[in-house]
Amino acid sequence: MASHGGVVGTFTVDPRSRAAKRRVRGESATGWAFVSPSVVIILGLSVVPVLWSLLFSFQVNDLVSPSQWVGLANYKALLKDPTFGSAVSHTLVYTALYVPLSVVAGLAIAIALDRTIALIGLYRTLVFVPFVVSAAAQGVLFSFVLDPEFGVANSLLHKVGLPAQGFFSDPGQALYLLVAISLWSGTGFCVIVYLAGLQGVSSELVEAARIDGAGRWGVLRHVTLPALTPVTVFLLLFQTINALQVFDLVFVTTKGGPLGSTTVIVYFIWEKAFKTFTAGYSAAAAYTLAIALLVIGVALQVYRRRVAAR
Amino acid sequence: MKRLPFSGWHFVLAPLALLFALPLVWLLVSSVMSNAEINRFPPALWPHGIKFDGYRYVLGNALFPRWFLNSFIVSAVAVTANLVLGSLGGYAFARIRFTGSKLVLGLMLATMVIPFQLTMIPTFLVMKQLGLIDTLGALIVPSLVTPLSVFLFRQFFVSLPRELEEAAWIDGCGRLRILVSIVLPLARPALSTVAVLTFLATWNDLTWPLIAINTDSTYTLQLGLTTFQGQHHTQWSAVMAGNVITVLPVLLGFLLAQKAFIRSLASTGLKG
Repeated sequence: MASHGGVVGTFTVDPRSRAAKRRVRGESATGWAFVSPSVVIILGLSVVPVLWSLLFSFQVNDLVSPSQWVGLANYKALLKDPTFGSAVSHTLVYTALYVPLSVVAGLAIAIALDRTIALIGLYRTLVFVPFVVSAAAQGVLFSFVLDPEFGVANSLLHKVGLPAQGFFSDPGQALYLLVAISLWSGTGFCVIVYLAGLQGVSSELVEAARIDGAGRWGVLRHVTLPALTPVTVFLLLFQTINALQVFDLVFVTTKGGPLGSTTVIVYFIWEKAFKTFTAGYSAAAAYTLAIALLVIGVALQVYRRRVAAR
Repeated sequence: MKRLPFSGWHFVLAPLALLFALPLVWLLVSSVMSNAEINRFPPALWPHGIKFDGYRYVLGNALFPRWFLNSFIVSAVAVTANLVLGSLGGYAFARIRFTGSKLVLGLMLATMVIPFQLTMIPTFLVMKQLGLIDTLGALIVPSLVTPLSVFLFRQFFVSLPRELEEAAWIDGCGRLRILVSIVLPLARPALSTVAVLTFLATWNDLTWPLIAINTDSTYTLQLGLTTFQGQHHTQWSAVMAGNVITVLPVLLGFLLAQKAFIRSLASTGLKG
C-alpha cells in the first residue's frame, strides 16, 4: 500500500476564494449528513437504553404494570440471592477455565501450524472452522453427540468398555462440558490471531538469538513470546469478555440446569427479565456484570500501558 | 502444486485437525442416517447408505424454509446497511472536519464496551414503542450499523493517501461522488471485513431474536433450530439435517472466501 502523505486536516484550498469558504461551511453539513444515520441508530440504541436500564435497576418493574421506586433494594437483594451467587461462581469457573486454556492452546497450535509443510492449509482450515458455527448450532449438535441414550459419545465409551455418562444431565459434568465445547469452537480464533501475530515476529531477531546459541525454548521465551505480548493481551481481554457473556450455548444445551449447575450470569439476567418478569432485578444484575466488565477492561488497559512503557 | 517434504509434524497436526473436524463430520454423517440407525443402542457409527429422510422432513415442514428466508433477509439487509452507513460515517470521520465530529466519534466508540445484556430490556421496550416487536424489523433496526463497522471504515480511509482524492476535489467533485467513485473501489479489504463480521453476527445470533420474536413464522433459523430440537426429540436425523442447513451458508461462505475471511478476523483482532 502507498505510504501516508504528510497532509493533516482537510484538503488545502485557497482560503481567500469565496467559493472555498462556502465549501468549508458546506462541509460541516455534509459531514453531519454522512454520520447522522449511524449516530442516531448507535447512540439512540445504546445511550438511551443504558440510562433507562440504570433507572430500571432502582425499580420494581414487570414491564407491564406501573413501576415502583425502591432505591438500592435490588442490589441489596442480589447480594443475598444464592442463585445470583452461584451464577457468579459458575461464570467465574467457566471464565477461569476457558480463557487461559483457549489462549495457551491457541498459541501452541499456532506455533505448530506456523510452518510450510504439505496439507498445512487444510489443517489450519479444520482448526478454525468450528469458530464460524453458531452457538445455537453447536448446542444442538453436542446435545445430540452427548445424548445419554442416543449419543455417539456413550456409544464410543461402551465400545471401549467404559461406563455410560450422564453428560448434560449430570450436575457435576454439565459446566465442564460447556467449557469443552467452547474450547472446541473458540480456540480456532486464538490460533488465527496468533498466526497473524507470528508473521510480525522479526526473523532477524530469531536468527540473532539462534546464533547466540538459543535453543527452541530460548527463542520462544526471549523472542517470540515478548513480541506476541500485545496479541496475548488482546486475546485475554476478548476471550474474557466473551466468556463472561456466555448465554446462547447454555440456553440451547442445559437451560441453566441440571439443578442450576450451569446458570451463568447472563442466563440469570435473561431469566429474571423475560421468564419471571422481574425486570428491575434483572437490570441490577446486568449493571453488576457491566461494572465488572468495565473494571476488567480498565485493569487490562492499565496493564497494557505499563507493558508498553517498559 | 509443488510437493513439500514430509515432516514429523504430521503426527501431531493430523490428529489435532481431526479432533476439530470430527464433530462437524458427525453432524453431516448423522444427518443422512435413518432414524432406525440413530435410535438403536448403541447407535450406529456409520450409516448404511445415505438417506435423505431428515432433509425431506425438514424441508417439507412449511416453517423451516420460512426461517431460512427470515435469516437471509435480516442478514442481507444488515450487511448492505452496514456497508452503506458504515462507509458514509467512516469516510466523514476520516476526511471531513466538522463541528462535534471528535466528540461524536468518541461517544460511538465508547458504546462498543457496553455489554448487550445491559441494553436488551430497554431495547426491547424501544422496539415495542416502535411497534416492531415480533416483526423482522425488530431484528433489522438494531443491526443496521454498528460502531465497529464505522470504526473499521474510518481506520481504513485514514490510511489511504489523500492525493488520490485531491484531483477530483479540485475539479469540484462532491464528497459523495469522491466516496463512491474513488474511495470505495479501493476499499475492498474494509468492505469485505465489515461484510464478514456483520454476516457472522446477524446469521449466528440467538439472544436478540429470542427476546424480540414470539411467533414461529417470524423465527430465524437459529431460533427455530432450538425449538425444533425439543419438538422432534426422537427425530434426530431431522434435527441434524436442520442443523446442517443452518451451518451450511456460513461454512460455504468461509470455504469460498477463506483468505479474506481469516484476514478480516485476524486484523480486527490485532487492531483491538
